[in-house]
Amino acid sequence: MAKVTGQFEFSSDLHAENMLWGATLRSPHPYARIANIDLSAAYKISGVEAIITAEDVPGKKTYGLISSDQPVFASDFVRYMGEPIAAVAADHPETCRRALAAIKIDYEVLQPVTDAELALSPSTKPIHPDGNLIRHQRIIAGDQNLQGEVVVEGVYEVGMQDQAFLGLEAALAMPDPGGTGVEMWVATQWLHEDRKQIAACLGLAESKVRLTLSGVGGAFGAREDISLQVHCALLALRTSRPIKMQYGREESFFGHVHRHPAKIYIRHHASRTGVLQRIEAKMYFDGGAYASTSSAVLINGVTHIQGPYKCSNATVDGYAVRTNNPPCGAMRGFGVVQACYAHESQMDKLAQACNLSPVEIRLINAMQTGDKLITGQVVESVAPVARCIRETDAIAMPAPLALDADPLELVGGTGLTSLPENIVRGVGWGVSIKNLMYSESFDDFAVARCQLSDGVATLKYATVEVGQGFVVLAPQIARTILGVDEVVLDTVDTGIGSAGSTSASRQTWMSGGAVDGACRLVRQRLFEHVGAKFNIDPMRLVVEDTDIVDMIGDFRISVIEASTGVVIDETFEHHHRPTEELDANGQGNCHVAFAFVAHRAVVDVDVELGLVKVIQIATAQDVGRVLNPVAALGQIEGGIAQGLGLAIMEEIVLENGKMRNPSFTDYLLPTALDAPKVVAVMIEEPEPQAPLGAKGIGEPPCISVTPAIAAAIRDATGKELPRVPIRPQDICL
Amino acid sequence: MSVVVPRTLTDALRAMAANPSALLLQGGTDLMVEINFNHRKPVDVIALRKIHELRAVKIDGETISIGAGLPYQEMESGQIAELVPALGQAARTVGSPQIRAAGSLGGNLGTCSPAGDGLPVLSALDAMINLRSANASRNVSIHEFMVGVKRNAKQPGEIIVSATVPIVRGWQGFAKVGVRNAMVISVASCCLVVDRTKGSIAVALGAVGPTVIRCRQAEQWLSTNVDLKQDAMIGAKLAKEFGERVANEARPIDDHRGTAEYRRHAVATLASRLLQRSGAR
Repeated sequence: MAKVTGQFEFSSDLHAENMLWGATLRSPHPYARIANIDLSAAYKISGVEAIITAEDVPGKKTYGLISSDQPVFASDFVRYMGEPIAAVAADHPETCRRALAAIKIDYEVLQPVTDAELALSPSTKPIHPDGNLIRHQRIIAGDQNLQGEVVVEGVYEVGMQDQAFLGLEAALAMPDPGGTGVEMWVATQWLHEDRKQIAACLGLAESKVRLTLSGVGGAFGAREDISLQVHCALLALRTSRPIKMQYGREESFFGHVHRHPAKIYIRHHASRTGVLQRIEAKMYFDGGAYASTSSAVLINGVTHIQGPYKCSNATVDGYAVRTNNPPCGAMRGFGVVQACYAHESQMDKLAQACNLSPVEIRLINAMQTGDKLITGQVVESVAPVARCIRETDAIAMPAPLALDADPLELVGGTGLTSLPENIVRGVGWGVSIKNLMYSESFDDFAVARCQLSDGVATLKYATVEVGQGFVVLAPQIARTILGVDEVVLDTVDTGIGSAGSTSASRQTWMSGGAVDGACRLVRQRLFEHVGAKFNIDPMRLVVEDTDIVDMIGDFRISVIEASTGVVIDETFEHHHRPTEELDANGQGNCHVAFAFVAHRAVVDVDVELGLVKVIQIATAQDVGRVLNPVAALGQIEGGIAQGLGLAIMEEIVLENGKMRNPSFTDYLLPTALDAPKVVAVMIEEPEPQAPLGAKGIGEPPCISVTPAIAAAIRDATGKELPRVPIRPQDICL
Repeated sequence: MSVVVPRTLTDALRAMAANPSALLLQGGTDLMVEINFNHRKPVDVIALRKIHELRAVKIDGETISIGAGLPYQEMESGQIAELVPALGQAARTVGSPQIRAAGSLGGNLGTCSPAGDGLPVLSALDAMINLRSANASRNVSIHEFMVGVKRNAKQPGEIIVSATVPIVRGWQGFAKVGVRNAMVISVASCCLVVDRTKGSIAVALGAVGPTVIRCRQAEQWLSTNVDLKQDAMIGAKLAKEFGERVANEARPIDDHRGTAEYRRHAVATLASRLLQRSGAR
């Protein structure tokens, strides 16, 4: 509500008395050796208080989510366009800008390595001491020589998508007196991970770095990595003044990681009747200059390449590669988006080869609970794949294109390019499997604390709200369990244990589980208190609406009355079940749980001009249990818009490592006229492993909608279209 | 930085005469972006937005004169859209509602980008651009006004006051290709105007050359092959050849918004479709 009325304080609204502004100097070159940095002219500018470079980093000079390979400031080489080299603090953003312009850097410009496959060639020199291969993972499962009666293959490519959150990066850092520590307000996805990396670079104990969540305007993975946090803290400690940093839209494109571009060579073997028998794949993920989460993205890619289908035999090689392109890391769907585009394109080819419909081929192969993945892991999650497909199929198709339709509703929209006679309608399918939570033995636990007193429950956790709705869900859990009306949400900060990242569709499950656990402990204590006071066995007490009642007798007391004058305070730490690393052959129980979804896209295509309008997306999603219907639908509609973007318009255009479109003028996001009608069915089969029966729902909506739209365009045009986003010239030339 | 906010055109012209290097600010949809990106650092600005005379619309029966500061939202519907439908259609394709509330023909003319959505319409209608300075007023044909990429014939000290176009009897339309259905910069656009009285046709293309391009040869070819004084159906074959001839006059480039090849193909398609629409009943 605060966001709708404009009352919400985003991180860019942060302000402190006596604060200075910070700004970052970035490389204009994708690859260059830094010969010399001359700060003298910049220091002469009145109002400049500090200029810092790599030399001024007191602690670790590098940071990174998985491997610490990214310099806080580049000192010897710059490896991507936009890499930070220095930061300034000054009395005004304009002074900062002048200071940045006055810093003289001599570059020896080098030829950038921008092709992932080429980067791995023995003749390509490593562009980083860690080498150009970030990670290689194989999956070897079953019969390695099996040849199917039907074999289909393809080479699929996915372009670089940006998370394009609306609330730009911003932070405020306040130094402790004497520079012994720092307090920061940041918009991030994971406070504790940020703190760990910031403290290491500052050379301070973690306890000396205190983080409070500031208003986040969207994240989608782009706030998992550090952006301006270390720079801001360093400037604050250097100047002993509060520092505010914020990026503009252009800088934001250079300041955060993107979705990995990928190239996937893939071959499917099947029986004549369409039963999938073996998958061979070679997958290249372009990680850009630094590792970020590339190795985890790769694992998601290779372990999801079979899709939501049974398959016993596989030969998969995946490579996460370093290039001089912008660094790539987490984005909604995390490696599965790329895999899904490839496997769903293949399923359609297989259907055609076996003379089956897209629905038939998917139903024949649909995975169920108990099936074994190509990693050897058994799917223990509820797996209603066939039901997702059937219920999607049952959704009514949209009305045919009306000859007298409002021109704005036709392909081309306001451009008035197309009349009904120019338009062909197509239908396509996409189905996906997505892991939930972190994988490969990572214990991404979540902590929550609940305090009950005088009928008011106070919840404390470090769970980041990025727009997913945990601020609604957490009180809802507390009200349901404790029978209270009033729930107060404490500040989200590092004053409590970690909640893990708001990513991997995990917070409802993990932090929801922690809030649920803490509230249950409090309720138990309250029952004990009431039982002792009124001499009733606490085992007989239950919460009914806002009262505590005796299940057997007549006793009834309101929760408010029962908790008056007492303070009950409990903390709960929720862990998901442990997972394993993959072995050299890609075998192991590496994932916690899975969610499934089906999408059917109906599109109108102006075949001659190559223009597309998505008319309807029908979807049935395996959600476990719906906790908040409006929030759930919001996730589904938003994810579909993001997947639509990747299918037909969203791409960071790179030319020899240089970004050509770092603005919302040319990086196109879907508008209201591009967003389709969404008809969603939520499949509720409660997940036994999940604390609330609810699966994560954030990522699945954006995964298989992209291949569904691509398939629908293929249906309308007859073209193979092996690359997304599909551009007009791909359709009509 | 000084900012002068005159209330009348006379005051604005006086301010301009006193400081011919001052930057003119109308809706700000181009200029403010450039300032925000530090591409321009204006020393003196004359803001024209409070000048009502620049929003005037004058109709004399045969022509319509549109104030250079009239925002596009005023052209999307109503009298201007009825009398000059192509301009109404082009206006609707400009940016978002916020941009259409600020952007104007004066801005398109002042910036003179080949992707300016209003410009193909002005070109196809042979608009006359009225330029005024403190002691002179002159009318320049749109064809002479647009000099090159983001270059025009406006002299220091001059303000663009209005664009005057004829009220044409016959069909006219505008179409624009972008990669989304609204709020998009033109990849290619086309305006086609049939003058039934004169028996002539005019075709102008946007975003496929350094300036908006008038396709004189294709126009000539069509008017020798079709009696445009008659309200005649246009066959698909003729329309296709017309489109190809139009595309031959385009001079598109490759950039991050599209390829030259696609742009050429798109203007051929748009011109062909608009021609067919002109003859549809």
